[in-house]
Amino acid sequence: MKELLSGNEAIARGAYEHGVAVAAAYPGTPSTEILENFARYPGVYAEWAPNEKVALEVGIGASLAGARVLVAMKNVGVNVAADPLVTLAYTGVNGGVVLVSADDPGIHSSQNEQDNRRYAFFAKIPLLEPGDSQEAKEMVGIALEISELYDTPVMLRITTRVAHSLSFVEVGDPQPGEVKKYAKNAGKYVMLPVFARMRRVAVEKRLAALKEYSGKSPLNRIEWREKSVGVITSGISYQYVREAVPDASVLKLGMTNPLPEELIRQFAGAVERLIVVEELEPFIEEQVRSMGLNVSGKEIVPYTGELNTGILIAGFAEKGIVKKELPAAAVPVAAEAPAVPNRPPVMCPGCPHRGVFYALRRLGLTVTGDIGCYTLGALPPLEAMDSCICMGASIGIAHGAAKADPELGRRTVAVIGDSTFLHSGMTGLLNMVYNKGSGTVIILDNGTTAMTGHQHHPGTGKTLMGEQAPAVDFELLTRALGVRRVKVVDPLNLAETEEAVLAEIAAAEPSVIISRRPCVLLGGAAAPVVLVRADRCTGCRICVRLGCPAISVRDKTASVDPITCTGCGLCVQVCRKGALAKEGEPDD
Amino acid sequence: MIEPVDVLMAGVGGQGTILASRLLALAARESGYDVKVSEIHGMAQRGGSVVTQVRLGEKVYAPLIPEGKADVLLAFEKLEALRLLRFLKPGGIVIVNDQVIYPVPVLVGAAEYPADIVGYIRSVTPNAVVVEALDIATRCGSPRAANVVLLGTLARSLPIAREVWEIALAWRIPSKLLAINKAAFAAGYEYK
Repeated sequence: MKELLSGNEAIARGAYEHGVAVAAAYPGTPSTEILENFARYPGVYAEWAPNEKVALEVGIGASLAGARVLVAMKNVGVNVAADPLVTLAYTGVNGGVVLVSADDPGIHSSQNEQDNRRYAFFAKIPLLEPGDSQEAKEMVGIALEISELYDTPVMLRITTRVAHSLSFVEVGDPQPGEVKKYAKNAGKYVMLPVFARMRRVAVEKRLAALKEYSGKSPLNRIEWREKSVGVITSGISYQYVREAVPDASVLKLGMTNPLPEELIRQFAGAVERLIVVEELEPFIEEQVRSMGLNVSGKEIVPYTGELNTGILIAGFAEKGIVKKELPAAAVPVAAEAPAVPNRPPVMCPGCPHRGVFYALRRLGLTVTGDIGCYTLGALPPLEAMDSCICMGASIGIAHGAAKADPELGRRTVAVIGDSTFLHSGMTGLLNMVYNKGSGTVIILDNGTTAMTGHQHHPGTGKTLMGEQAPAVDFELLTRALGVRRVKVVDPLNLAETEEAVLAEIAAAEPSVIISRRPCVLLGGAAAPVVLVRADRCTGCRICVRLGCPAISVRDKTASVDPITCTGCGLCVQVCRKGALAKEGEPDD
Repeated sequence: MIEPVDVLMAGVGGQGTILASRLLALAARESGYDVKVSEIHGMAQRGGSVVTQVRLGEKVYAPLIPEGKADVLLAFEKLEALRLLRFLKPGGIVIVNDQVIYPVPVLVGAAEYPADIVGYIRSVTPNAVVVEALDIATRCGSPRAANVVLLGTLARSLPIAREVWEIALAWRIPSKLLAINKAAFAAGYEYK
């Protein structure tokens, strides 16, 4: 039976079919649906960990205990998990371990464009790169086999266009997996220097053996066609190559660490011109060049962004490799073509974050931000964010700024979501308390991991498997970290929010403001929508400074879209003329 | 020989392009096509421009449609039709929902929403269909079925039998919403 599956759905299916018993992840685009789909299969265990490092550690434990394991994360998630990953490469595994790294060329939903194939190289572990959903499913099984055969974690590296593209997958039955027994082996699993030195040698031996495997594996195959051009490629890039230069010979690499050197030499020797086509880093290209082979790559395809067929055709044509003409667009971009305004992402109508950012903007504060929907508070018209680096960074950055410039510190707040705070904000807050900072941290508690599609976390009271769980108490937690000033506000109450922020930035000790209101997309009680009293509206446009997609001002009169308005009432509080009122409420 | 068909769906996050693309993919599968669908999730979905690409053929490699190659541009919002017009092949079909959703730069007065988008589209391609999908869907029982109205209009341009679409709808749509969506599909299919 062929099913149309996304790469992520196919990886979940592959894990199920190949006996993965335990899976862990922290949600992150484009990886999130892997665990969501895996958790629905019978007889498996899957969990959201508070961050990627913990997810991998859970995976290591499950592997030691004998289970086959899948751990999934987005590109930057591997940075968080890098500490256990690099040493797991020394200890090796008991049950097979596959780590899915979901990279994001083109930066659709990330803060950078890092190429995590470098991590596999750095950690000296095998690396597989599927190019569609069928391969994604199969490679989970192969990765687990390699993992157990060679005693190593294996990275399965996908990209956004593999994760979120759908293609047909031959679905099979789950194969009963053999659960191994745990056996104490300190020399293998306790990385004291004395043992680590021995494992370090084992890593090199393993890498040599894996290189031999890579040369024989059907994952790496030559497709002979015309020999004037030979393209080495992997992952999604293979698809663009087949479309852009259908007559070229192709060395398709499914396993890209370690590379199959003999196969590459054989291919290079038989083609007139050797080209590597890969997204992002010249990962394959540099290694092929270091084999002493004459190869082109990044002078034809760019370092940055996603590839596509058009980019390849243009790049190949520019170098005279193909004479193909670019397809003519139907619409010549004529001088009379209307200018097309951008449509950036925006906080939803009724989003509780809007109230906080409106207040922070009004108070003119410096805001160190964090990762989540609320990062959109940096965009116009709110523009109430000064920094966003990585998960959990807001608190350390605010603290550091205050140490360097106390005056700036007094006008600075850190904002961080509930899930992000639990991911890696707690240690930053602990540091601020310990090192006698006096910063103000606003925890934007919307009761979910909203950006990635509403996943549970330790604060929601539910698990990925749908079971009830203890919900962390943010007030108690932050008090336990040493914060004495902890206050809860409703972000849809602008006066209350502003007052709390003013009081806490004035305090000479660390403060936490918990801005508590569930994500509007989670539903909840329907509120009456806002109506405009056109006779009172002067067209002052103060309401549009909220950046609410439901509000517009046309012909000097505000208008509220009754379909998208959720009745959050922020605009009613902002309007100075009493021109906006909730349906059914007295307007005087 | 199966002729390849590339359909580009453009809309605003939350308009239901993903459901529409999956229904198309299912119907295409039942008609013997190889299919690839490419979606956007995450940050860009929050009210931003979203593009979903559906490629049908004997064997489909790349999930992305090159510029100037789309056979059909199905736009869920007028500005998004204009934004993606460069992907349409010469003589391609544009189906555009007659709906305006102002982007934030327009709402805050930093940009103008173009005045006559439909006029411009018609001036560059003879094959433009404008559908009042929101009104039609509302009459069928729910404005949320506007995506299925548009899918109905798309369906009549594609070499996939009408019965196959009905099967795809029945697979994907929850039974309590099926009647509304079948009506929406029919209204789009028969739209003049």
